[in-house]
Formats: sequence, structure tokens, C-alpha cells
Amino acid sequence: MTSLDSKTQIVVVGNGMVGHHFVEQLHQSDANVEITVLCGESRLAYDRVYLSSFFSGASADDLALTTPAQYAEWGVNVVTNALVTDIDRDHNKVTTSEGQVFNYDKLVLATGSYPFVPPIPGNDQEHCLVYRTIDDLLAIEASAAVSKVGVVVGGGLLGLEAANALKQAGLDTHVVEFAPQLMAVQLDQAGGNVLKDKIEALGVTVHTQKATQTIEAGDTCRYKMVFADGTALETDMILFSAGIRPSDQLGRKSALTLGERGGIVIDSHCLTSDPNIYAVGECALWDNKIFGLVAPGYTMARTAVSHITGGDAEFAGADMSTKLKLMGVEVGSIGDAHERTAGALSYTYLNQPEGVYKKLVVDSEQKYVLGAVLVGDTSDYDTLLQYALNGIELPEHPESLILPSSDAAPALGADALPDTASICSCLNVTKGDIVSAIEGGCCSVGDVKGETKASTGCGGCAALLKNVVDCELEKRGVEVSKAICEHFNHTRQELFHIVKVNGIRTFDELLEQHGEGLGCEICKPAVGSILASVYNDYILKASHLPLQDTNDIYLGNMQKDGTYSVVPRVPGGEITPEKLILLGEVAKEYNLYTKITGGQRIDLFGARVEHLPDIWEKLVAGGFETGHAYAKALRTVKSCVGSTWCRYGVQDSVGTAIDLENRYKGLRAPHKIKFAVSGCTRECAEAQSKDIGVIATEQGWNLYVCGNGGMKPRHADLFATDLDTETLIKYIDRVLMFYVKTADRLQRTSVWMDNLEGGLAYLQDVVINDALGINGELEAQMDAVVDAYQCEWKTTIEDPESRKRFRQFVNSSASDTNIQFVSERGQVRPATEAEKVAGKEQFIPVSMV
Amino acid sequence: MTAAQNIIASEQAVQWHLVCETKDLVTNSGVCALVDSQQVALFCLKIKGETQVFAISNYDPIGKANVLYRGLLGSIGGAPVVASPLYKEHYFLETGLCKEHDDVFVTAYPVKVEGEKVFVGI
Repeated sequence: MTSLDSKTQIVVVGNGMVGHHFVEQLHQSDANVEITVLCGESRLAYDRVYLSSFFSGASADDLALTTPAQYAEWGVNVVTNALVTDIDRDHNKVTTSEGQVFNYDKLVLATGSYPFVPPIPGNDQEHCLVYRTIDDLLAIEASAAVSKVGVVVGGGLLGLEAANALKQAGLDTHVVEFAPQLMAVQLDQAGGNVLKDKIEALGVTVHTQKATQTIEAGDTCRYKMVFADGTALETDMILFSAGIRPSDQLGRKSALTLGERGGIVIDSHCLTSDPNIYAVGECALWDNKIFGLVAPGYTMARTAVSHITGGDAEFAGADMSTKLKLMGVEVGSIGDAHERTAGALSYTYLNQPEGVYKKLVVDSEQKYVLGAVLVGDTSDYDTLLQYALNGIELPEHPESLILPSSDAAPALGADALPDTASICSCLNVTKGDIVSAIEGGCCSVGDVKGETKASTGCGGCAALLKNVVDCELEKRGVEVSKAICEHFNHTRQELFHIVKVNGIRTFDELLEQHGEGLGCEICKPAVGSILASVYNDYILKASHLPLQDTNDIYLGNMQKDGTYSVVPRVPGGEITPEKLILLGEVAKEYNLYTKITGGQRIDLFGARVEHLPDIWEKLVAGGFETGHAYAKALRTVKSCVGSTWCRYGVQDSVGTAIDLENRYKGLRAPHKIKFAVSGCTRECAEAQSKDIGVIATEQGWNLYVCGNGGMKPRHADLFATDLDTETLIKYIDRVLMFYVKTADRLQRTSVWMDNLEGGLAYLQDVVINDALGINGELEAQMDAVVDAYQCEWKTTIEDPESRKRFRQFVNSSASDTNIQFVSERGQVRPATEAEKVAGKEQFIPVSMV
Repeated sequence: MTAAQNIIASEQAVQWHLVCETKDLVTNSGVCALVDSQQVALFCLKIKGETQVFAISNYDPIGKANVLYRGLLGSIGGAPVVASPLYKEHYFLETGLCKEHDDVFVTAYPVKVEGEKVFVGI
């Protein structure tokens, strides 16, 4: 049916990733249709591929693929919590459990799948859960909070994802698998074994060949799982991830043709046995196969859209190759991983010490790639996949494709790919699509992503996409810019190198020799920061002052009304009563709003620029130093009270925090840096959410690096264990200086680590084993910064010229009358614009001081 | 007043006010002067050895605070700009126009330096 003259009513049952993709594609096709979405969950479509990121801090909103507002803008009707119970095929209508009735011209079933829970007695208890929806995650989170040990039943892809989630929730985690190996669908036995070793090294215990028979009450934990071989495992919670089953109940009830083992049978147009009903995604059975990945689901959605709008696209199966990172372990599987093709031959490479396994499966003639298995190192994945998908003929020595750093390995450049090569399988973008986007004016990866949507699905093709884009741009003579801004054609790392090697000491010198124009608010602070990291001069001296950003230039944090906040340093959060009293006195004298910060110090808000030097004169006289709250520099070293007072503490966390804060205060970096020190494993200082986290052990200190709270939380990585204090400081010196030297501007340590080629292992190699031979230099650099420390506020108040710059007006001692406060909860706050207009009598007089 | 009128106004006959001396200016940064109860941001730019002084209204129309003199100076395609210290919109020092928003501008004032003395025309 292709005539769409009157509005065709399309009803979509299910709003998972595939259901949403269908809606999006149909909306974009501009067909004359009215779309109604019946969504069984309370939430609209969200990203299930990244579900586990929920445990590393992503919110339900972060995972959302759409919003009610977006659907409204598209003119799509949505009903949430709408569980369809009946399809009346004779009258083309569906009914929900609430009794609502919807008529359709075309019905699309995108009901997805449900997790299979093996029929084990005791599997229905309170802490026996599944891993599929955000609601499941909330239940897991709640259960994990009252559990110490967790078991995942099922060692497949999803099971390992789930195990990662339990690990991140801090549980002692086990995986129980019925088969003799992990990821039996994607990997061969040898690959499964390497994966098992790697995952066990990360602290997850793997039990293979275990068939659970009952779940009983436990002795030491909540439950006991008893296996067929007579062994048992105690656990507080159980997560079933033993595969999926198609949600085909509606199809069954309305007598659509189903497969023997379930699944709604579809043809290559994604039509079911009823010509007005389509099925897409994991509820659909094509050629007797269920496709449990998002990419084939998307292809089905596009196929159904095409058929509805009169197109001729056909679903012809899908490549089930996958590349992913499970608990930091790289795993890839391409095509015929199990050598099932007749006559198939294979090459294998096993590096046990490093935990790398690669297998290349080729045809009997050794001309084409049939499949591959990669564990521990998937750097060859993109190349092998392109060989497999595009039938590219193998080089003379096929094994060179998987052998490490073999010079003979012919890199399959982006250039060698045919235009039909699929670059992004999620969104079905070919190299040809990318080439035409570039011909249409796209000049960067970002542009191409926006235009083609490539790499906006699972993101696995990001590196390949970049290669193709860079290669195509270069072919057209476009230089791929890595410039920091229009004034310098260099990256921050290059600028750092130039400054250091050439001994450049001012921005003007650098601009004259290596840049153009006057600079801007991007390059100036970046260079200011580099100069400070290298030389640590007074940042307000005449040549550096114009480089400082909003906050640095007045050594305070500018607030929305143009006043500043004042934050003196309180090392380790330890403060004497005398100093607390002084802070209170100063706050009262200058009528400042006071608040405790998250970094264990006290923030005084509402200081006028002209009062800053007087305020600091009093604070410095009382023994305070600047807290650098305004700077991209070391902020605070948070601590718990430690062994001095605490009954559980095993080391003096406060003393160490104070020493660390005093060592690194004034260190300017690409972004702010926060530390914390905990006195025992209870971790009251929350060190694992900091750039540098230190946790006491009986033997010394465990060092964690590159954690972050804030906008994108990241747990810090355990870097080294049981260090003595001297080694601890050495390692921190090196990690920080390496970061200062190599990070991009405004890149926190967490993002820096995520982008560091080789990741944690590489950083450990550099810092612990001196792989680059630069540790001496890094330490000397840090010593120089530490020796050059000065309290910027002390320097400023002692210099009459510097103080002059804090005048509001060069020609008057008047105050800025636009700054007005009102009283709230016993303190001041900035007046709103409305309050300013409303009347002046309620304001707190400016001249109060 | 539209943005176009804004520029024309600044070129018309003005009354010159002595606001400060050159030693009160900060090279490649800003200061603020109170002229006729209006706050004027004064910027002293050293371009290829030559010093130029610019004056614009100190009020940030987007952040709604008197802070523009505290912004970072720079250039966009060779034209001098200040970036608002609050939300980083760019204002061209010669015209007062905002780069990011067509309908936003600040008043640009003419400046002259005679010997040590700095005058702003209002």
C-alpha cells in the first residue's frame, strides 16, 4: 500500500531503542501519517546499550533518547504506561489494559524482549533480579545497598555488563555460567579463557560449567546457590542475565505466525503474517533468527518505514560483529568466529603474559576473512571488519593482520575502502555517505556526524570515522586543524613544549614568534596557565595580568552581580577556633554571605572588588593564605579525621592531607585539581571521586588517580597500593606534572585519562617504570613549582601598584550602585532585577561597612 | 536606538570629559571611569608597539552587571574585542556590537589622549 493521500494512522507498540528509531525515521520521511506511540514503560525511549553507565553516574535523563517535548514537536501522540493487551485484526484496533482503544491503518510491533530467568526453585525471591530496564537498575541499586556479595547468572555480553555494574556498586562480584566459557556466542574457547583470566584479575570471580539447582537461605549471606555438581555459593543478591526471549505475547494472542521457539515471523519487508502489521527489533524473527543487537533492529525499523512509505528497502539479515569494552577489557568478534564455514582455516596469536588473544578465520583458499576473535586488544578490529564485510582480498601473509607491530602488516587505510563500505552499522552510514557529506561542505568530524548521524549510535566506529574524514579532507587539500584558536596553530601540548624548550617567559614573546592577532579568551588563559606551570611567576605582574581569566585577574570568584567570593585556604580542612572567629569577624565587617564549601572550607560571598585588598589584608594578618578557588590549580585536599581521633582510622589522614595541600598549593594546571585523603577503607573523605585520592591501608597508602565528581562523575582508578609516604609523593608529582604537560586546555584528569592512549596501564608504565625516561624531569619540574610558591594575595596587598587595580573607578571613590542586596535567612543575597525595580527601601545599605 | 544609530551617535559632535591619566590605564587590560554618573570601561591596547585606547559602556546587557572593564581583551579577525567576564559574549571595542547576538550592543564612546590626559566623548 503506497497511497498516502489521507493521513494514515500508524500505531507503534513499544518505545524502546528500535521503536523510537522507527518513529524518528518515519517522522523524517515527511510521509502524510499520524503516529501514535504506546509505551509500556513510564519512560520514553532510552539508551539500553549504555545502561551500565547508570552506575557510574549517568542519570535517566542522560540515557534518554527523546523527550515528550520532542515527540510533541514532531506531532507524535504518545501514551506512556500503555500496555497493549489485545489486537483486533478484523477491525484494525488495539486495546490497552486501561481499556483505551486505538485504531490503526498500519500497526508496528516493537515490543522487544524480556530477560530469560531459568526455572530454578527460589528464583522469585526479593533479591533475585534482572537487568533490562531503568526500573531494574533502580531495584539493583537498592538491593546492592543492602548487600555485600552479588552473583550474575549468565556469562554472556549482558551478564558481564551486569557484573560490571555490581562491581561498581562495590559488591564482591561473581559470574556463574552454565557453558564451559564466557561469551560463548561471540568467542571461541581460547578467547573465553583469556577473557576469564582478565576479568578475574579485576576482582570478579568467574565460575564456569555451573548449573544452579536451587536457591536456598544462606549461612553467611542472604542466599545460597546450590549447583548440580554439589558445590555451593553464598550471595546476598542474584542477577539473572541468561539471555533474552522475544516479547511476542501479542502476536501469539492475535494468532500471527510465530517461530517454533517464539518470535513473530517477519518477511524481508518486516511484515508479519498480517499485511497491516509489522514487527521490528528483538520481538521479530527473520529467517528463524532473533537479532539481539541494536544495529539490526535499526535496519528493520528503516525497512518498515521504507515499506510503509512505498520504498523498496529489504531486510537481508545483519552482521552480528561486535566490539566492546567489558570492565575495561577489549573484546571483539567478527562474522564466523567459531569456524563453522566448511573448509575454514584459522590463524591464532596468544600472548598469555599480557592477556591478548587473536584469531583470524579465513576461507579454504586463504583469500577472504570469514571471522575473527579479539580479546585484550581490539586495535585490529576495524581493519578486519572491513576485510570481512567488503570481501577485500587478503594480503600474502594473512597472519600479519593479527601479529603485533609486524612491519609487514599492511594498514588498510581509509582510502582502500570502497564507497559501499559500511562505516557506522548502527545508523547505516557508508563511506560514500561520508564522502558526499564532505563534498556537500562538511569540514570536520563534528560536521559529518551532524550531517550523516554516523557514530551517534554505539560510538564504536568513532576512530574509523575520524580516519575516513581526515583522509578525505586531506585528499581535498584541507588541513586538519588542531589549533587551539585562531591565534595559534598549535595544540596546548605543543605550546607547552614551545614555552619550555625555548624558554619563553611572556605571552607577547610567544605570540610574536608563533602566533598572530591579539589573542583571545581561549589562548590567553591557556598560555597564562602554561607560563605559571613552568615558571610559577606572580600571575598579576604586568606581562601576565592581561592573560588572566575572569576569576584569576581579581584573585576571586566573580558572582552574577559582579561581586566576588573570598575563599582562604584551610589545608586538609583543619582550622583553629581563632581562625574561625577571624573569618566570622571579617564576614560581619564587610557584610558577606557565608557558606561552607564542599571542599571543607568557608566561602565568603558578596565582596566588592574595591574591598578585596582590605579583606585579604585582615585574613593574611590572621595567618590565612589564598585558597586558589579562582584558579585552574590545586583546590583542596579533603580529609577525614583519621587515626588521631577515629576508632577505625589506620593512618593520620589529616596530617598527610595538610602536607599534600601545602606541597601542591599554587600548582597551575589545565584545569582544577582536587585531592582527598581517607584514613581507612571506609573512605569518609570520598577520595575515589577526586583527581588524586589517597586511602590509608595497614601498610601505607593506596593511590587512586583521575576520578571526578561534578558533571560527569568517574571513579578514580587504583594506581598503586601500600605505598610509603615518600613514594606516594613521588608518584603524585609525576602523575600531576605529566598531566600538566600533556593535557588539553580545560581537560580534567578524568577525561585526560580516558583519552590517554593505553589508559591506566600506560600511565602506570610512565610513572612507575619510567617508560619514557622523563621521571627525573617531571620531579624537578614539580620541585621548581613548589619552591617558587607565593601567596598571591600577600604579594598583592604588599604592592601599592597592584592594589590600585582593585579600585572600581579610576577617577572616583564611589561604589557601583547597581550592586544591591536583600536579606534572606539572616544573611545578604543579591537583589533580583525585579527587586531592584520594585523599591530601594528594603535594600541593605551599601555604606554599611 | 538601533545598533547602526549607536555607531553614528558616537561619531557625532561630543562633549569631551577628562577622565584620568595614561598611568591609570593598564596595558592590554581594562579600568573603569565614572563619567557624568555613567560607568565607562576604558581599554588600553598595545598593538604592534602602538597604544590605542577604547571606551565602551561598562554595563553588560546580558549579565546585567557593571563588569565589562574586567573582561579579557583579544581580536576576532583582527578587530579588537573584549569578552564579557560573566558569560563570554564578545563586544567589538570600535563599535560596541555584540558578536554573538545581532540585537545586542553596548555604547561605544570616542576617546582621545592628549599628552598624559585621557578624554572620553559623551
